[in-house]
Amino acid sequence: MIKFQLNGKQTEFNGDPSTPLLWVIRDEKKLTGTKYGCGIAQCGACTVHLNGSTLRSCVTPISEVSGKEVTTIEGLLSSKVSAEATAVQRAWVAIDVPQCGYCQSGQVMSAVALLKANSNPTDQDIDNAMAGNICRCATYQRIRQGIHDAAGTLTASASSNVKGETA
Amino acid sequence: MTSSSSVNTSRRRFLGGSCLVVGFTLTPKGLAQAYDASNNASKSAAKTLNAFVIVAPDDTVTVLSKHIEFGQGPYTGLATLVAEEMDADWAQIRVDSAPADNELYANTMFGAQLTGGSTTMANSYTQMREAGATARTMLLAAAAIEWSVPASELTVEKGRIRHAKSGKESGFGAFAADAAKLTPPEKVTLKNSSDFVLIGENRPKVDTKVKTNGEAKFTLDLQLDNMLIATVLHPSHYGATVSSLDAKAALAIPGVVDVKAVPSGVAVYAENTYAALKGRQALNVKWNESAAETRSSEQIIDSYRAMIGKKGITATERGDISKAFSNDTSTTHEAEFVFPFLAHAPMEPLDAVLMRQRDGSIDCYAGSQFPTGDKQAISEVCQIDAGKVRIHTQLAGGSFGRRAQFNSPFMREASEVFKASGMSRPVKLFWTREDDIRGGFYRPIYVHQLKGAINADGTIDGWDQVVVGQSIRGKTDEVDETSVEGASDLPYVIENMRMVSHNTTNGVPPLWWRSVGHTHTAFTVEVFLDELLEKSGKDPIEGRLALLKNNPRESAVLRRVAQMASSAGKPAKGRVHGVAVHKSFSSYVAQIAEVSVQADGTPKVHKVWVAVDCGVAVNPNIIKAQMEGGVGYGLGAILYDEITLGEGGYIKQSNFHDYRSLRIGEMPEVIVEIIESNESPTGVGEPGVPPIGPAVANAWRRLTGKPVRRLPLVRSQLS
Repeated sequence: MIKFQLNGKQTEFNGDPSTPLLWVIRDEKKLTGTKYGCGIAQCGACTVHLNGSTLRSCVTPISEVSGKEVTTIEGLLSSKVSAEATAVQRAWVAIDVPQCGYCQSGQVMSAVALLKANSNPTDQDIDNAMAGNICRCATYQRIRQGIHDAAGTLTASASSNVKGETA
Repeated sequence: MTSSSSVNTSRRRFLGGSCLVVGFTLTPKGLAQAYDASNNASKSAAKTLNAFVIVAPDDTVTVLSKHIEFGQGPYTGLATLVAEEMDADWAQIRVDSAPADNELYANTMFGAQLTGGSTTMANSYTQMREAGATARTMLLAAAAIEWSVPASELTVEKGRIRHAKSGKESGFGAFAADAAKLTPPEKVTLKNSSDFVLIGENRPKVDTKVKTNGEAKFTLDLQLDNMLIATVLHPSHYGATVSSLDAKAALAIPGVVDVKAVPSGVAVYAENTYAALKGRQALNVKWNESAAETRSSEQIIDSYRAMIGKKGITATERGDISKAFSNDTSTTHEAEFVFPFLAHAPMEPLDAVLMRQRDGSIDCYAGSQFPTGDKQAISEVCQIDAGKVRIHTQLAGGSFGRRAQFNSPFMREASEVFKASGMSRPVKLFWTREDDIRGGFYRPIYVHQLKGAINADGTIDGWDQVVVGQSIRGKTDEVDETSVEGASDLPYVIENMRMVSHNTTNGVPPLWWRSVGHTHTAFTVEVFLDELLEKSGKDPIEGRLALLKNNPRESAVLRRVAQMASSAGKPAKGRVHGVAVHKSFSSYVAQIAEVSVQADGTPKVHKVWVAVDCGVAVNPNIIKAQMEGGVGYGLGAILYDEITLGEGGYIKQSNFHDYRSLRIGEMPEVIVEIIESNESPTGVGEPGVPPIGPAVANAWRRLTGKPVRRLPLVRSQLS
């Protein structure tokens, strides 16, 4: 039996330990926000957070997450990166980033992890951090803009917190 | 623009719960199907009725979309039209997919229910506005009776019905039940465009939020009780069939339930996805390749070349082409262009869920682009009356043409897999990325040959073009418009012009790929013309404008894009602009690409300016998004993508590592302007794609001196 934390709750998996985390999340845990896109870590649609960093769940055997903390798109707003998640999702909605939307869970997971590590990324930082996430609709221009906008709101809220105001 | 329109007299109305449903061609058959569909537990009964507008007691207005949503924006666009004419508040609008029914939900440009050819807005613009106006009229009539006031004294604003004299006010919901009992008006008056409140605004999309937080459900996400997951092992040579099957090892894998041969390969059924995948991998199958395509891409291309010069089918001819090329004082120019197979590679690979109900009827959940065709396919394969098949069209993770298949080959496979399972449990058939990339139905290989003549005074007066390639529509002895569209209707004034087409056959089935024939014709026309203009010493913009004197809309987008690029100032050192203009699906798009050569010798596209004329801009936000996406989708393909058949005909590529997609660092900045227009709205899903290839290739040639003759550009230019 493999035990791990999923979106803040202890959970377990009793099946084949080589099962990719993606299929455990989707088939067993019924959390379908995390998508299948390629199965070989080329497209990023399956991106989740493992202890706060991005992870391609399609190539990660469930045995490797034993005792660790996995966050999916469904658990993002109640996780340690909730401020970044809120900022990213608001920015995404404000400028209508998604088209078909299938890759966007993965895009959001990568964008949130980027902002957690780098609160004011340049275009180059964004290109580097998001290079593993394919969007066949090519919403990339709005993804880049969304990350900049989210960074802006995070910076504004951080500075207002310093001043003792409510963000 | 004010238009009065007569509503189809065959319309009916009926009450479903306490909802008002307005439709135009509701027939008794349609009603019967609506009632059948009402046992769909995942939706309330009110939402599955055959109509366009549903008003619920809580004031929500649900618009049923006859078109599939896969990112191009019909849910938002069609709802905008209804809401506009109802004077609804945007916040009360909901959208759901319509069931499969050709009588109720046909695309009026094709006569069957389908999404394609960038026609969603064009074929729905009047229909959906009439649906909204009819609903409004009926709600007002009901309110007038209830309040005992003349309907003419009522006003509606943001979903609130008001009678000023009496001070009475209400939402729509209170009158939905009574309105549904009234006879719909014979005629409705549509708004004058100057009174539009919602049309023309940057309306946020209705499906954005759920596509941001993981809540949006696609077919792959559906999980029915007791459902089996199925995968099919397909051959590596397209068209091969199973000659022997040993399933012992597969069946030994925990979770694998069954293995069955199906016409397209071998199906593995399992309790979960991983077991299905492992089971598929453990299959031992020998294939019979006698019916498979065994030629390589190079052999196919050579065979196409050999057809040039032979007698083909004349798609268009004007003037005297032989005279133009026999003039001793003229200069001639020739070029051959070669285009590879392209896979569509939507992010969500093909999938479908099929389930048989106790009464023997079948529910199908899929990203169904031709839903009535899919319904027919299920009916035929599972041997069940089509009236007992319900299609529940889901949000789809892209298509780019892949889900739009006549005769529904994918749904036939899904049905065969379902039937072979015994149909006692729900089955989800799921394609992996490998199935998708190797699944055929590609944008075909095309070879074009062009000859141009420039006479002594520098006028281009001869244009002779030949295209060789698979006919997407299965034509043999007649022109397939999808092979020549965008070239045979050359907008440039060239006195002597001819286009000849050769239809070929191939073991790998063809399919339309976002912008269809324009994916290659626009490239040939705009690249070759650019070269002729350069050879005759003309400016690429002014030279085009001079030849477009009879085409004001092409000229207008070209002028606009030139202004946009020039107002941005001179390009930085090492960067060059390339231009292209192209009409497709009745929309006009001009693009200027700013390109440089990177240190590794590959092109870098920095910026793309886009001017688009698609008639009335219903939602500029969506139009811009489609232009941005069209540029990115087209750019990835022309720079990197090809499906190649290797020696013996096997498909070389298998996944995103060898079938490249544009990535974020390769996405140019895209700046879009929309030409103001009162013309009827036309498509935006595809027209952004065709100009990007030639615009980049023209910049590349001006930058490096190397003309682009074969796609993808990076391989042909750097190998």
